[in-house]
Amino acid sequence: MNPNEPNPQQISQGDQSREQPGKNEPIHAKQAAHSRRAFLFKLSLLANGAVGAVLAVPIVGYLLGPALRKKSPDESWVGLGLVSGFPEGETRLATFRNPVTTAWDGQTGDIPCWVRRISGTTFQVFAINCAHLGCPVRWFSESKLFLCPCHGGAYYEDGSRASGPPERGLFEYEHRIVGDALEISAGKMPTLAARVSNMQTLTQIAGVGATNGAAGVQNQKSQNLEPRCVSCRG
Amino acid sequence: MPGMKQAGLRVYQWFEDRLGLGKPIIDAAEHDVPASTASWWYVFGSAATVLLVLQIVTGVLLGLVYSPSAGQAWASLEFLDHSVRLGWFLRALHGWGSDFMIAIVLIHLAQVFLFGAYKFPRELTWIVGVFLLLMTLGMAFTGQVLRFDQDAYWGLGIGASIVSRVPWIGGSLVNLMLGGPIIAGPTLTRFFALHVFIIPGVLLALVGLHLWMVLRLGINEWPMPGRVVSKATYTRNYQKLTKDTGIAFVPDAAWKDAIFAGAILLAVMACAFYFGPFGPTGQPDPTIIQTAPKPDFAFLWIFAVLAYLPPSLETPVLFIAPVLIVGAMLLLPLVSNQGEKHWSRRPVAVLMVAVIAVTLGILTHLGTYTPWSPIMDAWTADPIPTVYLQDRTPLERQGALLLQDKQCRNCHSVGGKGGLRGPALDGVANRMTEDQIIRQVLQGGGNMPAYGNALSPSETTALVRFLTTLRSENQPAAFDASRKMVTSELPPAVPTGAH
Repeated sequence: MNPNEPNPQQISQGDQSREQPGKNEPIHAKQAAHSRRAFLFKLSLLANGAVGAVLAVPIVGYLLGPALRKKSPDESWVGLGLVSGFPEGETRLATFRNPVTTAWDGQTGDIPCWVRRISGTTFQVFAINCAHLGCPVRWFSESKLFLCPCHGGAYYEDGSRASGPPERGLFEYEHRIVGDALEISAGKMPTLAARVSNMQTLTQIAGVGATNGAAGVQNQKSQNLEPRCVSCRG
Repeated sequence: MPGMKQAGLRVYQWFEDRLGLGKPIIDAAEHDVPASTASWWYVFGSAATVLLVLQIVTGVLLGLVYSPSAGQAWASLEFLDHSVRLGWFLRALHGWGSDFMIAIVLIHLAQVFLFGAYKFPRELTWIVGVFLLLMTLGMAFTGQVLRFDQDAYWGLGIGASIVSRVPWIGGSLVNLMLGGPIIAGPTLTRFFALHVFIIPGVLLALVGLHLWMVLRLGINEWPMPGRVVSKATYTRNYQKLTKDTGIAFVPDAAWKDAIFAGAILLAVMACAFYFGPFGPTGQPDPTIIQTAPKPDFAFLWIFAVLAYLPPSLETPVLFIAPVLIVGAMLLLPLVSNQGEKHWSRRPVAVLMVAVIAVTLGILTHLGTYTPWSPIMDAWTADPIPTVYLQDRTPLERQGALLLQDKQCRNCHSVGGKGGLRGPALDGVANRMTEDQIIRQVLQGGGNMPAYGNALSPSETTALVRFLTTLRSENQPAAFDASRKMVTSELPPAVPTGAH
């Protein structure tokens, strides 16, 4: 096309030329055609609405995916190391690789927790996250307190609330002893919604009745232990 | 040269014939505005827009290098700071640009509020503006997350902890926010999508609407006491005012906008040059717990509110207050869209701005030094002033040692050093008797943990003995008035004529 030739008027006249055939039709025929086309347009809107709704299902499903996933629990048993690595009467920082990670999580997949070995096989494993707003609490062995750097939440050595803004004690991981290794059930960031109670401490010594005590634990490490649930590691 | 000009005009005309945008743009730029609006008070909106453009340009440039991967983001920021030529400066521009943008947007908000600009017919302009403010704050929060350091990591933890308190669906919302069960790779990528695609898209669309309405409805005239807005007459009066006193926006009024925007850009550049980029602080490694997380400047006031609210009020306030605040801002122009515009006739409006500004200012100031936070290393970092150790018995000195050892200093300052969470201990014996101190130490209470389990009886004695020596010589030591009734021995400092 010669660029000098068309001017805007001519271009827009080209659009109008499509209406030429209707020009000579009787008025009522034109109206009928309009009514038919308007109907078709509404029909097309309806059809597109339906297509849109169908399209929205996978999109919304994708978006809500993380919130809806329920097939397998996020938690599974992870090892924190040998029981002997935690001196009795002391509280130590332990770290574990989160059981649910992606290859690009980097350091964020390493989660710390506080392990308190009261005596023998009696443990408490606390989440690092303050029950107030999730900041990392620090253990002070001299004053036997966990202190939070954010808003000053304080907890006693057994995780119960001492003072400050938290309304409850520290979050606790469910734990068990397999052979001579300490394991906790972890995988999810502990929040008020994820863990409602800190009272459900549960020490499990797999393969041994919980009342059997420490004596039986050392002998169990080589035995084939039943996982507690389908998703748990043996 | 005339040939050049002719050729230039021909090229312009070639495009104009096809685009047809030149004339409407020129018309919009040259439209008449009331002369009174050519004021230095009317430059904040355009400055905010210019800062938005700066943020987009610098943001895209940072996007050339930044890696939105939880494992790499922090390293890519370090790379930008130290290995990319002028990478530090671009990061600094983007960071300071964000702080300036929030400040300018807030000033713009206060100005249009005090000038009654939200009244008829500009109600929707204000409502869109409220969403622009929310989007700006959303950009600030998501931007802080993209600076994927310790503060970002624990800031996300704070966000997740807040979200988890939503009744019933809190747990699902946490998963939705984090993109998984923990703060990790999928968390960063969704905040990246928010910061880079979603919020900027909404922001640009809303800025377009906002500007369109300013052009369509005309800029708010300078308010005059007694010039009352009424739906029946306003438009006619405004058109008359524009006709009588109108000047072309470009160039007669816009030169002030241009100068102010230039000055703001210079200020951003100066801050970026002298103060450098923000962080990144330590690596986003949750196992490094030696950290005191803190939000960015714009959110320090929320951090302070969360420290001072009574625990039982926190959750209701967290979810009800924002709804009320945003709701009130959105409803404001619908409820009050007529009447006086001038601030001298709207004392409540002036008072509100003053109270809100002072409140935010004080809370932000508190947020800069967080007196509610224990100072985690005070017990090893801040020694007891030697003057408090002179002329003390060995037992009392042992008590001073315990005061350090038991981390008391993390919350209590002595000699002006140490935490501010609890009261300063200089002069504690002026306020409390030995018995009261013993009870306070062992049982705690009043926001202090009980130390009964952490102190042996002999340690308690030593500690309390030391504390009883901490008093001003010019004031009497605290004494127990009831003692007098059971012992014949009066404390030496009791004024004889007291009763």
